[in-house]
Formats: sequence, C-alpha cells, structure tokens
Amino acid sequence: MKPRHKRIAMIVGGLAALSAAGVFVLAAFRENLVFFFTPTQVEAKEAPQGRAFRIGGMVVPGSVKRQADGVTVEFVVTDTAKNVPVVYKGILPDLFREGKGVVTQGKLGGDGVFYASEVLAKHDENYMPPAAADAIKKAQSINEKATHTLVESGK
Amino acid sequence: MIPELGQIALALALCLALAQALLGLVGAARAQTVWMAATRPAARGQLAFVAIAFALLTYSFIANDFSVVYVESNSNSALPLHYRIAGVWGGHEGSMLLWILMLSVWTFGVTLFSRQLPLEMVARVLGVMGLVSTGFLLFVLFTSNPFLRRFPAAADGRDLNPLLQDPGMVMHPPMLYMGYVGFSIAFSFAVAALLSGRLDAAWARWSRPWTTAAWCFLTVGIALGSGWAYYELGWGGWWFWDPVENASFMPWLTGTALIHSLAVTEKRGAFRSWTVLLAILAFALSLLGTFLVRSGVLTSVHAFATDPTRGIFILALLVIVIGGSLLLYVWRAPKIGLGGSFEPLSRESFLLANNVIFASAAGSVLLGTLYPLALDASGLGKISVGPPYFETVFVPLMAPALFLMGVGPLARWKQASLPDLASRLRWALAAAVLAALALPFAMGRWGVMVALGLLLAAWVAASGAVQIWEKVRNAAGAASAWTRLSGVPRATWGMLLAHFGVAVFVVGVTMVKGYESEKDVRMEPGDTVEIGGYTFRFDGVRDVNGPNYVAGRAQIPVTRNGKPVTTLYPEKRIYRVQNQPMTEAAIDTGFTRDLYVSLGEAVSDSAWVVRVHHKPFIDWIWGGCLLMALGGALAASDRRYRLAAKRQPEHYAAAAAR
Repeated sequence: MKPRHKRIAMIVGGLAALSAAGVFVLAAFRENLVFFFTPTQVEAKEAPQGRAFRIGGMVVPGSVKRQADGVTVEFVVTDTAKNVPVVYKGILPDLFREGKGVVTQGKLGGDGVFYASEVLAKHDENYMPPAAADAIKKAQSINEKATHTLVESGK
Repeated sequence: MIPELGQIALALALCLALAQALLGLVGAARAQTVWMAATRPAARGQLAFVAIAFALLTYSFIANDFSVVYVESNSNSALPLHYRIAGVWGGHEGSMLLWILMLSVWTFGVTLFSRQLPLEMVARVLGVMGLVSTGFLLFVLFTSNPFLRRFPAAADGRDLNPLLQDPGMVMHPPMLYMGYVGFSIAFSFAVAALLSGRLDAAWARWSRPWTTAAWCFLTVGIALGSGWAYYELGWGGWWFWDPVENASFMPWLTGTALIHSLAVTEKRGAFRSWTVLLAILAFALSLLGTFLVRSGVLTSVHAFATDPTRGIFILALLVIVIGGSLLLYVWRAPKIGLGGSFEPLSRESFLLANNVIFASAAGSVLLGTLYPLALDASGLGKISVGPPYFETVFVPLMAPALFLMGVGPLARWKQASLPDLASRLRWALAAAVLAALALPFAMGRWGVMVALGLLLAAWVAASGAVQIWEKVRNAAGAASAWTRLSGVPRATWGMLLAHFGVAVFVVGVTMVKGYESEKDVRMEPGDTVEIGGYTFRFDGVRDVNGPNYVAGRAQIPVTRNGKPVTTLYPEKRIYRVQNQPMTEAAIDTGFTRDLYVSLGEAVSDSAWVVRVHHKPFIDWIWGGCLLMALGGALAASDRRYRLAAKRQPEHYAAAAAR
C-alpha cells in the first residue's frame, strides 16, 4: 500500500471506530432515559408499566407512615389534582418533609402503587437534579395553594 | 473602606489585564519588542492587584463585615475562623474571584518559567491569557461583584451552607479551579501557535508540562469533590453522575486525551491539528463547566431564564472564546500539515485509540449532561439521565482503554510488531489472568464484572512491571540495576506511576461495585446488626452542641468476632442559622475496607433508623487518583522541559523528514 492509501485507510478506520462508539452511546442513552411524569399523568396511565420513571410533586401532609419494620415508608405524592401512593424502603433525605416538594424514581406496580428506589428532596442549590428543581418549584406553588385550602377548611 | 479598596484593586487589575492582552497580541503582530517585553510586568502587576482584592475580601470575612452583601449571605459570626476563610469561595461571587486569582497565578507562573521561549511566543501566550482574564474581570465587576455593600449593615450573616462546612470543601474548589484554569495555558499556547502560524513540535514541548500540571490539579480536585460527596452527603456513594460532577469530568477526559496527544505531537510531530483542537476543547469544557455550575442553569432552567444576566454573560464569553478560537482553527489548521507518518500498529496508533476513546467518553458525558437541559429549556418535557446510562457507556469504553494502556507504552514509535509485543507481555497477561481467576475467590464470590475489573487492573500493573524490568535488563554495559533505573527520565516514571494509579483506582471501583453491602435497620438501644463480618451495636443517641449547630450523636461500638474494632459516632445535625438538618456520617477508614454508618431519623423516643455500609477497598479509588496526580507532577517536573528549546527545531525537522 502507498503511504497515502495507508493514511486514508487509517482515517476511515478511525471514523468507523468513532461512529461505532457513537451508535453504541446513543443506544445506551435511549435505553436508560428516565422520563418525568406528574401524578395527573400517572393517573391517566400515560406512564409506562415496568420501566423506571420519575414522579414529582408535594408530599401530602399527614400521609407519611412507617411500616412495622421501621425502614419502609409510605407516603402520598400529589400535584393537588391527583395523588399517587409511594412505598420506599430506606432512609429518607434530610430535607424530606410533609408538605414539601419531592421527586422520586421507581416503578409503578400493577396495584397503582409507585415503588420508589430513590427519593430526592432539595438538598443544596448546587446539588439538585434539574427535574427535582422544577417539580419543587411547581410543588411550592402547589404548596401555597394547598396551605390556603387547609387554612380555609380549618376555619 | 476595605471593600471599596478591593473594588479599586479589581478595576486596576482589569486595566492591567487589558494592557497585557493588547501589548502581547498587537506587539507580537507588529514585532514591537518593547511592547512584548511589557507583558510580563503587566501580568505580574495583575496578580498583585487580584491578590490584594482577594485578601481584602478574606479580611471582610474574618472581620465579620456584614455590611458586605456577599459576606452577609455566606458567613456568620458563630462560624469558626477556618470556615469563614473558606466562605470566601463558598458562593458565586467569591468563587469567580478565586477563578481569576488562579488565572493570575498561572499567568505569573508563565512569566517565571518562560525564559527559554522566544519573546514573541511568550507575548502571544500572555496576550491570550490577558484576554481571558479581561473577560472574567468584566464578568465579576459587572454582574457578580463580591464587594457590594448593603445599607444598613446586617446584624449577622445568613451562614455558610452547612454542606460546605467541611475540610474537603475547603480544598476542593481551589484545586478544581487550578485545574480548570490551568487548561487556559494549553489553550493560550494553542491559540498563540495558530496566530503565529508556526505549529511545530516546539509548542507541544512547551505546553506539555503546563497541561500535565493543570491535569494533576484537576485530578486532585475531582477526587476531593468525590471524597466530600462520599462522607458529607451521608449516603455512601462516591460518584453520582450529577451534572455538577460531570461538569468537572468532561474537561478531565479531554485533558487526559490532550496530554497523550501532546506526547505524540512532541515526539513525532504527528496529530498536530488534532492536538490544537483538543487544547481548545479542554479549555472550552472548563468554561462550560464553570458556566453550568455557576449560572444557575442546572438548578432550574427557568430560574436561569428569569435572571439571566450572569448566565448570558458567561454564555457570551463562552461563545466568544470558543467560537473565536475555533474560527481561528478553521482558518489556520489547513496550514498545520500532517507530521510524521506511522504504521497501523505503532505507539502512535495506540495513542490515537486512546484519544478516540477519551473523546467518545467526553462526548457521551456531554450528551448525558446537556441533552436533558436542552429538552427542558425548549419545553419538550423533562427527562433525567442517571448512573445506569453512564455506567453502560463507560464500562465498554474504558475496558479497551485499559487493555491498550498495558500495550501502548511498550510499543515502538512508528512501527511495532505484534509477535514482539505478545512475547514481551506474555507474563503480564498470565499474571493478570491468574489474578482475575483467583482473587475473586479470596473475596468469597466470583463474578464476571469483578473478574474483568481485576483482570484489567492487574494487566495494567503487570505491564508497568514489565516496562521497569526491560529497562533494567536492556540497559547497556555492566552498570548496576540502580544506575540503570536512575537513568530513566522522570517523565517515564511519572507515566508509570500514573498508570499504576489507574490500576489502583480500577481495583477500588471493582471491589466496591462487586462486594459492597449496606443495610437500613430500625435500632433500639442495645440492638445489633451484622454486615461484612462486623457487628454494630446501637448504644442510643444523646444531644451534643457544636459551635453553630445542635446534634444528636449516636454511639455505635463495632466488633469483629467478639473483638472490639472501633466506636463510631454518627450525627444528625441541625445548623441553627439556616435551620437545616444534616446527616454527618461516621466512617472507620481502613486499607481494605471502610465501615460507614449514618443516622436516619428517630422513629420513636429511643429507636432510630440507621444505615450501615461495608465498603471494601473504597479508599483505593481516591488513592489511585492521588497516585495519578503524583505521577503527573513527576512527569511535569522532568528536566528536559526546562532545557533551552534551541535544539528543538532540528530535532523536529528530522522527525518530520523520517
């Protein structure tokens, strides 16, 4: 082979390797995307069964219950319109509070319960995944509305 | 008065930065020796004024001057002195000032260690650095001034974020910024070379030690950040693939590709245009990292849109710096030429493969970090890309990289022979296979991923041993092994040490992934839990008072086979000023394992939820990073980089003619 051909062959080989890597990365990307749904969307069955996704909203005040083993927690996430019951086994983040925003990742069971593998609460301005931020923002405006209703119903 | 002086110092630094940029670039273009010679004093003066500004801000923190808005929002009179000093870079404005200070320090370094360089080159490099500095000084003065006052002064500050009140966080940002900003030198050398149109191997030799030094700082910075996340966030993870982490990982991946490609450009004159492009990209990604973390775009795309001044400014800076340099690249690159040719099987092609892999890795992190942001910003829905994606991508990308790491350093430049490599590496391969088969059994369970990880780690380490052995055996004459080894250049030792660090890192990651275990349990005083052969007894929680927090502190003695190992005291703290709860994990660090306990919450008067972890070999992860950085430091300090560059052109011409 002439040096020029060799060089062309190597460039073609390099490009082929790069595009193979690219195809593989994109496939992995599609495979592992985690979508975000609101409780309303979950209720409307827009969320996938058997695939992990995230839901976000506000933790309904008074809904947090601990099961007898002490580490399994049940709570209800709401976007004020619809509610989704969540079960999570493990330690909750420091800033997890009733009436505050939360984002949680997991799978929807056939019983309509969301089995969470991860619970995220606002931790620090620099340590928050983008989806959580938005849900919290939404949840906070929801939060205000909810407190209004609570105060009014308390009268 | 003090904050106003700080502001004046910053303004003067801006003037000097501008002077440095104009004198350097225009002086070099017009061959004005006097102008070019003035860049050095300008750069030194700039450092002086930036340092004064930084010192004055630090003084405001130490003196609890709560009339300064930035001090008020990041400090408190109850905060211990060392955290008040660290508070200087605890928020946006101060960390940008730290960024500029680092840039001035690096620039000062260039003025000191550039005597062997042609004046024209120095002037251009300092000119480009002056431009970057001008941009950032304008940014600080107009959008993020740390010296702004409030009237009336606040009675007390709002306290430093409790997460940042930690020794790791004191060191993490300065190290990380030293790394980020250090790539500005590689960038400036590349742009200066493009401007001058003389992109010979000499510039690769000049920018090599700087790039390697910056890479060392970045490595340490990332390792510190990871260590901080491990013990401070309280959940025992060491890497979360969080956008903030990815922002620092992308420049690291590109920088790693760059130091390898610089080696080829220096030694063989090949990959020249690719190396220039990498130098530009590494700094571009450093700027992008700064932008991502500092503009608020990660916290919320919408918060960014409502107060976009800062973000737009950095974005504009990003577009000017990257766009400008890429345009320059497109204009000049065709003139660069191709450099020495090489065979498909040669050290060059192994390093090329390294570059392809690291560039793909950086690209995949970029995709996983920016795509969700872009989607959200354009209102197309919210998605998140978590660890599963990055792990799926990184294992298949990095496994071949580790394999090549064992072969590459032994391959000859220009043309290598496969049978020769195979025969030299057969013992390394045997050792690696043996380790992969046997070691997992010693840990009690054999798994494919564990075996693969150990195979690659042992392979890299054994191949390093082969290289050292060959140096002892092949050296000419009857010299003793020691004299032969002392003749090996420091750069080679540095490379060996850094690669060994990678092996140590891989062992750590593999063992943690393969054998870690954790349990969340509800514990009454007296309850015990067993994990990894250790027994943890919960002795209850009592209240303690810190300087600026109150805490519940548990006492948990740990035993193994009935013998006491240690007693751990995890805490749940409430920081008084911000009323923020914090989990303070307790860790018993060991060479082969960490025991890690964090307190969940009280579930009754006496019972708590407790999480216990057993993490085998986790400290090897950071130990490996440290070895990599040490190796880099050793390589950067090699004597030959300090030798006069006069021989360089002939050496290079000879290489190109071959």
